[in-house]
Amino acid sequence: MGNMFNVFGIAGSALTAQSVRLNTVSSNLANADSVTSANGQPYRAKQVVFEARPVSEGGDASGVRVTQIVESAAPMRTTYDPTNPAANADGYVQMPNVNVVEEMVNMISASRSYQTNAEMMNTAKQLMLKTLTIGQ
Amino acid sequence: MPTPLDRLLDLPQAALGVRATRQQAIASNIANADTPNYKARDLDFRSALDSAMGGKVGGPVELARTSSQHLEAKADGLMGQALKYRTETQSSVDGNTVDMDVERAAFAENSVQYEALLTFISGRLRTMQNAIQGQ
Repeated sequence: MGNMFNVFGIAGSALTAQSVRLNTVSSNLANADSVTSANGQPYRAKQVVFEARPVSEGGDASGVRVTQIVESAAPMRTTYDPTNPAANADGYVQMPNVNVVEEMVNMISASRSYQTNAEMMNTAKQLMLKTLTIGQ
Repeated sequence: MPTPLDRLLDLPQAALGVRATRQQAIASNIANADTPNYKARDLDFRSALDSAMGGKVGGPVELARTSSQHLEAKADGLMGQALKYRTETQSSVDGNTVDMDVERAAFAENSVQYEALLTFISGRLRTMQNAIQGQ
């Protein structure tokens, strides 16, 4: 039955998921020009995958969680820079496939969602505190 | 046995439960605003309240039992039955049907209704107290 505490679980799961998304965005933006990464290849943009997930066993209310972080399949950016040590025989350098505009949009969307969910938590808290004052 | 005093609180109590459940449903929608293929849902308040009050309309679905040893098969979730999918206002590419404006409005509305119910309950309790004290 209606349990207002679940709202905290739902909003909390969304806050976690959105902050993971924000983390990948910052990783992508920071590495927008990283020609090499740990595996020696140019950095590939990372994207989160969200999934709706019931907060309680058999419940209908669902929170959200990040199931996996996938690497973008977009083609790598190629620039002509013969002086770069990573350049190939023709003088071309493989650059990360990070789309900066897309990442900025992603960042704004994640931050708005985060705000909304934080606000939702606050409202639920106020309602619960009001409930505690019944009969006073 | 429920006394008239108990019955005075029956309706607001059930309604408060339904409001809390609806708050959960809307919270799910807002939390999943960015989840691909998530379909927004909302409570049908009337049928949810009817089943919370034990009314026959929209009440829990039960299987007929011909022996007392049969397992009781009852759909007991208040959410499950009264939860309906929202009609999409604007379709999105990823199959998500959450419209943030609609959800925010519903969330705010539901919060106000919840607070109103709390006020009603407090008022009724005060009425009872006055009746008991015989003033």
